[in-house]
Amino acid sequence: MSDNLIEVRNLKQYFNAGKSTEVRAIDDISFTIKRGETFGLVGESGCGKSTTGRTMIRLYDATAGQVLYNGVDVHAPKSKKENHELNRKMQMIFQDPYASLNPRMKVLDIIAEGLDIHGLVKGKTDRKQRVIDLLEIVGLNREHAERYPHEFSGGQRQRIGIARALAVDPEFIIADEPISALDVSIQAQVVNLLKELQVEKGLTYLFIAHDLSMVKYISDRIGVMYFGKLVEMAPADELYRNPMHAYTKSLLSAIPLPDPIYERSRVRHPYNPKDHQYGPDEKVEFREVAPEHFVLCSEKELAEMQATHV
Amino acid sequence: MRNENEEEKLTPEDFERVTIDAHHSERIEKPSLSFWQDAWLGLRKNKAAIVSMVVLLLVILMALIGPYLNGHAGDSQNLRHANLPPKIPGIEATGFFDGDGKLAGKTVNLYEMKKVDEYYWFGTDGLGRDLFTRLWEGTRVSLFIAFVAAAIDMVIGVAYGGISGYFGGRTDDIMQRVVEILIGIPTLIVVILMIMIMDPGITAIIVAITITGWIGMSRIVRAQTLKYKSREFVLASRTLGAKDGKIITKHLLPNMLGIIIINTMFTIPNAIFFEAFLSFIGIGLQPPAASLGTLINDGYKVMENQPYVLLFPAIVISVLMIAFNLIGDGLRDALDPKMKD
Repeated sequence: MSDNLIEVRNLKQYFNAGKSTEVRAIDDISFTIKRGETFGLVGESGCGKSTTGRTMIRLYDATAGQVLYNGVDVHAPKSKKENHELNRKMQMIFQDPYASLNPRMKVLDIIAEGLDIHGLVKGKTDRKQRVIDLLEIVGLNREHAERYPHEFSGGQRQRIGIARALAVDPEFIIADEPISALDVSIQAQVVNLLKELQVEKGLTYLFIAHDLSMVKYISDRIGVMYFGKLVEMAPADELYRNPMHAYTKSLLSAIPLPDPIYERSRVRHPYNPKDHQYGPDEKVEFREVAPEHFVLCSEKELAEMQATHV
Repeated sequence: MRNENEEEKLTPEDFERVTIDAHHSERIEKPSLSFWQDAWLGLRKNKAAIVSMVVLLLVILMALIGPYLNGHAGDSQNLRHANLPPKIPGIEATGFFDGDGKLAGKTVNLYEMKKVDEYYWFGTDGLGRDLFTRLWEGTRVSLFIAFVAAAIDMVIGVAYGGISGYFGGRTDDIMQRVVEILIGIPTLIVVILMIMIMDPGITAIIVAITITGWIGMSRIVRAQTLKYKSREFVLASRTLGAKDGKIITKHLLPNMLGIIIINTMFTIPNAIFFEAFLSFIGIGLQPPAASLGTLINDGYKVMENQPYVLLFPAIVISVLMIAFNLIGDGLRDALDPKMKD
């Protein structure tokens, strides 16, 4: 078994394929996620990051390409048992804590849903005990089990969502902008919870976000997406130190810092895809500029980048 | 002076910093209320809806026991007792409902004139049938038709709309085209055709009302299904591996139940009214069976001389319509506050 838990190969997701309304939400992306690491996926709204997460967990059927989990293609037809097992190992945390919990169900039943589906508990007392354990893991009280979602704050709801995902003992969690709907003080709470859980349970994360500073804090490696394509992928520190692609530079230049002196001189670099001025026969590919540092570029750009790389 | 005394009582301990216990801040003081408990609290505050519910229960009770209260059968004809005005024991002394009626322009007591000892509470019709008994029998038939029609509407509408919305794609396209064709045909024409094919009667009317009545419900349910099926809690359930059946019964239906109930509450008065309308224009229930519509039709013919024949069924149908609508309004406010306007 390799140490790559997830391997995404040439994944494509086109909506309304073949029609005039075709949308290429994901256009041929490839990346790997190592066991136990956090892979951050950033990009602007509508660039396909959430679609990537949802396609990986089979909420959408991929148009082309493969997603390998432990070497098994998740989209290939499988027996019910294998599908079931895969559902248990891959879980998702959703963006909007107000939409991700069924308002008609008690917290107990929300968290226990996975336990019921996968038959992980025997009897009512065992079920309740498991839920209470999970609530305590995410920092909530046992009394919360009997309450309804509308009685909780956004941060508490998000933690209930995390407990629901953890209930089935997953190995890999896709966190789809889990903090973007929360206010800053609660964001740190949730991110720290995710980090603790990673250490405790050896989880692997795909962390989707548009907040670059938070992504840098939690991720080991980061992929930058732009209009359905992965434009740059590198270890977190390397990406921040040496952004190569013009779009990454533009994204980084947009981060505000609570430092008035820096802010006064901060220049934003808007990104225009036409600036590349690719010739008609230039092949734009994902190339390795430095070890572990990949950039979507042409042959010519590669040489320039390698020359300037520190 | 009092202020000074209070100041003296303050000790350094009073100025100690209060630290917030993180565990404490997660506590929720409010009692836990389920959606239905919360809705009931909201409904209870709506006086019109509560009064309507009581009135409606009374009418339903009367529809069940009313025909047996005064010993007259609804279909027994007695021509000697024809066209008697209302006479109610106890109230007759006040001058109302004392059996006085008009005969050839003069007010006379028809009961004394015809030597009738019995009391007909709401009077009799031209065939001497007791109108009190017939009124509640008619109410019972009307309510029965309305409830059955609404229930069938609900079942077909929810199933059709649910399937159309949940499975989407080509299924949805075909099912919606069918609905569009059905809704393009005027209801009354479909109904008249149905009644021509079938024997006029309760079954024919129920079939006629339901044959196009479910469309409104199916559209609402389809819209709700489309709204909820892409919600994140449904996606979460799917990532956990839940099957379609589970998702529909555990996630979609409980969230749509409020709107389904509200819509049904508005379907019932419409069905009552539609049945009355069909009976009134003569293609509904056939005599001797009574419904509110046939009773109103009978009363309408003798409106000038015996207004009481029209009065009581008209009051009952109005009360029913108002009560159902007010309850529907109350339920809507309680179950789905966003739909208010």
